[in-house]
Amino acid sequence: MNRYNWIVVVFVLLVALLAAGLRLDPTRVPSPLVGKPMPPFSAATVHAPQRVVGDGQLPGPALVNVWASWCAACHHEHPVLLALANDLRVPIYGMNYKDRREDAVAWLGRLGDPYIFSVFDGDGRIGLDWGVYGVPETFVIDADGVIRYKHIGPLDDDDVEQVLLPLLADLGAGRAR
Amino acid sequence: MIVELGHFALVLAFVVAAVQGTLPLAGAHYGVAPLYRLALPAARLQFLLLVLSYAALSAAFLQDDFSVRYIAQHSSAALPTYYKLAAVWGAHEGSLLLWILILGAWTFAVTLFNRGLTEVFLARVLAVMGLVAAGFMLFTLATSNPFERLFPAAAAGRDLNPLLQDPGLTIHPPMLYMGYVGFSVAFAFAVSALLDGRLDGRWARWSRPWVLAAWVFLTIGITLGSWWAYHELGWGGWWFWDPVENASFMPWLVGTALLHSLAVTEKRNAFKGWTVLLAILAFSLSLLGTFLVRSGVLVSVHAFASDPERGVFILLFLVVAVGGSLALYAWRAPRIRSTGVFDFLSRENLLLINNVILLVTMFTILIGTLYPLALDALGLDKISVGAPYFSAVFVPLMLLAALAAGVGPAVQWKRSSPHPLLRRLRAPLAVALVAALVLAAVFGDGVSPGVFIGAAAGSWVLLTTALNLGRRLRRDGPRGGLRSLPLSFYGMSTAHLGLALFIFGVTFSSAYSEEKMVHLQDGQSVELAGYKFVFEGVADREGPNYMSKEGRVGVFRGGEPVAVLHPERRTYRVQSDAMTEAAVDASPLRDLYVAMGEEVEGGRREVRVYYKPLIRWIWLGAMLMALGGVLSASDARYRVARRAVRADSARADGSARAGGAA
Amino acid sequence: MTAALFHAVFLSLAVAGAEPFASAEQERRYYELLKELRCLVCQNQSLSDSAAGLAGDLRDEVRAMVADGKSDREIVDFMTARYGDFVLFRPRFRPATWILWLAPAALLAGGLFWLFRWQVVHRRRSDSEPE
Repeated sequence: MNRYNWIVVVFVLLVALLAAGLRLDPTRVPSPLVGKPMPPFSAATVHAPQRVVGDGQLPGPALVNVWASWCAACHHEHPVLLALANDLRVPIYGMNYKDRREDAVAWLGRLGDPYIFSVFDGDGRIGLDWGVYGVPETFVIDADGVIRYKHIGPLDDDDVEQVLLPLLADLGAGRAR
Repeated sequence: MIVELGHFALVLAFVVAAVQGTLPLAGAHYGVAPLYRLALPAARLQFLLLVLSYAALSAAFLQDDFSVRYIAQHSSAALPTYYKLAAVWGAHEGSLLLWILILGAWTFAVTLFNRGLTEVFLARVLAVMGLVAAGFMLFTLATSNPFERLFPAAAAGRDLNPLLQDPGLTIHPPMLYMGYVGFSVAFAFAVSALLDGRLDGRWARWSRPWVLAAWVFLTIGITLGSWWAYHELGWGGWWFWDPVENASFMPWLVGTALLHSLAVTEKRNAFKGWTVLLAILAFSLSLLGTFLVRSGVLVSVHAFASDPERGVFILLFLVVAVGGSLALYAWRAPRIRSTGVFDFLSRENLLLINNVILLVTMFTILIGTLYPLALDALGLDKISVGAPYFSAVFVPLMLLAALAAGVGPAVQWKRSSPHPLLRRLRAPLAVALVAALVLAAVFGDGVSPGVFIGAAAGSWVLLTTALNLGRRLRRDGPRGGLRSLPLSFYGMSTAHLGLALFIFGVTFSSAYSEEKMVHLQDGQSVELAGYKFVFEGVADREGPNYMSKEGRVGVFRGGEPVAVLHPERRTYRVQSDAMTEAAVDASPLRDLYVAMGEEVEGGRREVRVYYKPLIRWIWLGAMLMALGGVLSASDARYRVARRAVRADSARADGSARAGGAA
Repeated sequence: MTAALFHAVFLSLAVAGAEPFASAEQERRYYELLKELRCLVCQNQSLSDSAAGLAGDLRDEVRAMVADGKSDREIVDFMTARYGDFVLFRPRFRPATWILWLAPAALLAGGLFWLFRWQVVHRRRSDSEPE
């Protein structure tokens, strides 16, 4: 040991940090909304322009899935949502983000509609309040309307099995498992 | 066929580098001449093979050989020839090959210019460089082979990323890599000296021109990068403190510190251990930069497509190369003895202060760059550390450096008495303060404190440098004139002058730049900083591999036409992303910068106009710094080794004489 | 037709993207704020630099808030409430960033102290074993 060894120590710490960094994804941004009540909104649904819904009309536990017809990853994720809604009876609300109503309706007609209803957010104002930055995104809402989890990007079967279903079961979602 | 030859040449080069990196080290250690004499021919053969390998890849690019995966992904038949040649380093794999080629070139240069080195020492230097080269070639061959074939071959290339189809690509990366890799020579000298156990003034004299050369290239490379980023809308302007930019700036800061401390080690035989550490650090930071840029641990606007496997490999390489050399240093450093004695108020001490400031700046940037990673790894939070943070902490440190740059050259080696020094510096200080007050008042509405301080720092460096030059000329050269002073003294003065211009450029462009983002219809105009920009419409134009909407913007001042600018909106045929090509009317005192966006509703177009005063001074200053480095490296004492040795002993006799460059 | 004549014929004023600002001060603040805020979907770009759709939305949002007379603090809080501290290029000073903000000064003090001590030690050593 001598007084120059601290240089090696600093280097080892640096390498440990870089090694840890290799396993992280720097582009994932956690939402500060997790643990907070869902941001209030009031908007029409995709299928019924006259029907106005608000944050009080999304009884949890449930999923809120942000989607758009122009979003390729949403197309990819869609079968997973359909299976969740149809086979497992998980309530899913859609939020149709920065889309055109006729495109959204056609998309759901073609691919199937897993949503109880989809809130129409044509100008992305609601998405802004919800901190949406990449579609698709999926929020888990509990019975009190508090956001418990947010998934960014398309859902796959692993996400559903390992994260969403256990969480929903914890939250007391009836038949989710 | 030519591709396989290139691949094979690279494999052979790896084998040769591995031999060059091992046997001569053993030979040097045990004193076996046939083994250590292998180093020189091996280094030359290795370079030859690398030239072949690189030429093969370039030829395949020119032939549009889309059966090579790398070429299929990063070129196309319609790409202009000069971009095909530049596309070789347009992405990860090929740029790595360029890195290795340049390392080979520096190694080759060491085999040519080594007068005064003992055979054993030269063998060690070449061996260390061979080991570094072998590591990088293994990395390339194992994870990033640019020669990999594609089955079946692609019918057409996916074209070079349109963002890179810019004159900047043709010259910025080679210059930058020349700089990064150039520090490997000083690194190899340092490691060899540690292995050798003999560190003397000659070590510093051998290292210094190599460090200067690398530093000059790095300075030019970074400056070109800055100029390119300035032209490319969306890259955050001339400097954004992006992780990749920081990765290039950190070795530059350490390289600058190394230049200054080498001056002391060479002339005064002091801070030897410290200088060796800096030589190791400069190259280590180049390697760290390679990791940061290519591993994907940080998000950057300039990053390569990354893959964690590559990250693991570079990290392992870092552990071996950097960890090994630092451990060697920690083991050997206690034996290094410096003899030079100096007072608190001495040139040596001022240069040490310079080193402390530069190193603190480097660590600050390192911490800022890695901080988000550290918080994320500890699961604390996800934050960003960007330009506003770095500017806030960097500027005060640079002001200190500017202060020291003004004092340092005025102080004598070994010992200076405070009174004459104060008398000498009083005048420039007073003039700098008054000049700053005037400049700040003339340029702005009121005197802003930031502009005042920046202008004072710039004026201070400018005046002290000029006065010092004048004083030296009066004293040393009443008859000999300009030629009586060593070139390295002019080098220092030029570089410090560059620093002054740089400070002026940064101060005024950041304080008084103006910008506007508007939507304009044909014929509409926008006013900015006393200029009127009239959007005169858009015309179609066809490029070699893109379609362009070319805008026409007339610029007027007081009704007089100033310039007509043609910002473009390009759509490349293969990768259909729209690219914004800004148009700039450049002049020494201000740039007018126009960029044009998409068409928005109502036939209007998004137009951004910028007014940037003194922005050119930033690059002009940086180029002067590089020129200063060239002058210093051309100093006679590095060119003629034998004469230098004689001068060395002469200087040792007359020790306390002030002089030379810092 | 010369450019100057062209200029004289068309003298209409620019139409900004949205509502114009009440003062030059507001306009300056708007452009400054855009440089402080990070675009979420981009590779390390500020809102000012980004061409992404979301960045455009957020620019409009900032513009509206500035024109509305909101303070910088309020605008920054609006952003972090939605996207977290990730959007700030200038991290807030809080326990997790203490090291970040204090490191430069601490390093400088440490460096200068090291320099001082190094000289004292060095001088003592060279006194005992003359050159």
